[in-house]
Amino acid sequence: MISANLNSYLIIAAVLLVIGLYGMMQHRSLIGMLISSEFILNGAALNFMAFNRFVAPNPAVGQIYALFIMGIAAAEAAIAVSIIIAVYRKFQSEDPEEIQDMKM
Amino acid sequence: MIVFEYVAEALFLGFVALTFMGGFMAIRSKMLMHAVLGLAVSLLGVAGLYFHLGSPFLAMMQILIYVGAVCIIIVLGVMIGNTPDQLAAKKQSRKNLPLALFTCALGFIGLFVAIISRTTFTAASDKIGDMSIRFVGENLLYQYCLAFELISVVLLTAIIGAIILARDGREEKTS
Repeated sequence: MISANLNSYLIIAAVLLVIGLYGMMQHRSLIGMLISSEFILNGAALNFMAFNRFVAPNPAVGQIYALFIMGIAAAEAAIAVSIIIAVYRKFQSEDPEEIQDMKM
Repeated sequence: MIVFEYVAEALFLGFVALTFMGGFMAIRSKMLMHAVLGLAVSLLGVAGLYFHLGSPFLAMMQILIYVGAVCIIIVLGVMIGNTPDQLAAKKQSRKNLPLALFTCALGFIGLFVAIISRTTFTAASDKIGDMSIRFVGENLLYQYCLAFELISVVLLTAIIGAIILARDGREEKTS
C-alpha cells in the first residue's frame, strides 16, 4: 500500500520541488516563474501534511500550516502579478533578461 | 472490503499522475495560458493527495484558494504574455537549459537518497484529537491564534500593496 506510506508522499513533494526549480530556471517570462514558485510552495505544504498524518502527535498542526502556506501563496500571487504588470508598463517586456535596471 | 482498498490505491496513483502531468505541462509549454492550465490540473491532483492524507477540509481549501483564486489571479497576468505569433518570431535562448537540468537532477537524487536512506521517522505514540474540522478550528482559534491573525494582516497588506502598485503605474501613464 504505497498510499499509506510516508516516503511516497515525501518523494512526490520532492518531485514537485524539482519541477518548480526547473521551471524557475527555464521559463523565459516572469509569469512562468511565478507559476513555478507555486509548485515549490505546494511541495512544502504536501510535506507538512504528510508529516502531520504519519508522525505528528497533534493532527491539527499540519493542516493549520498548510492553510497558512495557502494564504501566503495567495498574497504572494496578488503582489507578484501587480509587480509584474507595473514592470511591464515600464519596460514593455516580461523577459527577465531584458529587465536589467531598476531605475524608475 | 479489499476491493475498496484497490480502488483507493488506483485513485491515489491517478492523483499522482495528475499532479506530475500538470507539472510537466506547466513547465514545458511556451504559451502561458497552457502553463496556467497545467498548474490548475496539478493543484487538483495535490487536492486529491490531501484527501488521501485524511483531510477533506484541506482538499476543499486547496481547490477553493489555489485553483479558484491563485490561478485566476495568474490568468489576469497572462494578458501581458506573448501571443503565438510573437512566440514563433522570437528566438528562444536555451543556454541555461543544461544547467537547469543538471541542478534539478542533482537536487532530486540528493533528496531521493536522503528520503530512502532515512526511514526512521518514529510515529507519535498517542495522538491527541482527530483530523476533524472541529478540532482544526478549535486549535486555530485557541492555540494557533497568532497564525490566524497573522494571515489576515498579511492578506490585508497584500491587497493594499497590490492596489497601490497597480494604481501608480496608471497615474503615471495618464499624466
